[in-house]
Amino acid sequence: MPIEVDGKTLETDEEGYLVNLNDWVPGVAEVMAKEDDLELTDDHWDIINFLREYYEEYQIAPAVRVLTKAVGKRLGKEKGNSKYLYGLFPYGPGKQACRYAGLPKPTGCV
Amino acid sequence: MSDLHTVNKSPFEKNSLESCLRLSKAGSAILLYEDGVYGALKGTAVENMIASVVADKKVYVLGPDYKARGLDESRIIDGVEVVDYAGFVDLVEANDKVQAWV
Amino acid sequence: MSDTKNFMFLNRRAPYGTIYAWESLEVVLIAAAFEQNVSLMFVDDGVYELTKGQDTTGIGMKNFSPTYRTLGDYEVRHMYVDKASLEARGLTADDLVQVEWEDWETEESVDNIVEVVDSDRVAELLEESDVVFSF
Repeated sequence: MPIEVDGKTLETDEEGYLVNLNDWVPGVAEVMAKEDDLELTDDHWDIINFLREYYEEYQIAPAVRVLTKAVGKRLGKEKGNSKYLYGLFPYGPGKQACRYAGLPKPTGCV
Repeated sequence: MSDLHTVNKSPFEKNSLESCLRLSKAGSAILLYEDGVYGALKGTAVENMIASVVADKKVYVLGPDYKARGLDESRIIDGVEVVDYAGFVDLVEANDKVQAWV
Repeated sequence: MSDTKNFMFLNRRAPYGTIYAWESLEVVLIAAAFEQNVSLMFVDDGVYELTKGQDTTGIGMKNFSPTYRTLGDYEVRHMYVDKASLEARGLTADDLVQVEWEDWETEESVDNIVEVVDSDRVAELLEESDVVFSF
């Protein structure tokens, strides 16, 4: 189902991920979050931005375990656990945060 | 006129390049593309296959495929010419037919 | 830890020309989630998977070479390269990507887990593995 962001219609797949990674703008995350009744805070954006940087460097979406460890290292140990990440992204940090960040679903994520 | 021979397999994995060079006539054009580009690299165990024919056959390598594989143009065997997709088309046009060694 | 097995991924194909290299990489990424001891071995044209500076913009395919550099984060501890295969292709260790590894808890780290080994060592490592996945 396509989504409307900044007046543009962007194509998504049947699970709601952007079809074209280059379509991403911050508004994508805002629109997707709104549909999920979630308000994005700086803490959410830290994760979304991290995911985009990771993808830029390695060309894949990280597994949740890798994301958790990396967040702990980058943003502090108290944030490097799944409780914190699920608190931010209740549908799963891998699935939901990657979707907001415009990345494909992480490899091995079901 | 002559034929254009194309090779798209690694010379380390299949004998396509070897057979192509053995069974093509002097004056032929030979284009290495996809995994065939590995045959154009200097300093390999198969370097001599190409190096020994460049005098009487014109050897080309497809630049985009070469670049995709992380190889630098400075490592291409002397006498081998890099072409782009348009150059590939020109070669097809300039020769009688294309013979693919797959 | 008797459930932990030594998994070896044996890579013998060049990237892009066939799908093997990418499929192997995907399976490695999934396997890491099962907390096994995962090692990778690059033999024959498989050594081409690790060349630095790959640029696929001209061929319209995804460049997956940067992904190898994150394998340390996936707890891949060893990436072995067969020296004879490398030499036959006119390449040296300097032509290959570097992959860092770090234990996030102890902060023990290794700058580069890519290691060039001789044929005897390759044979030994393959034999020591519990399972060898071939690509």
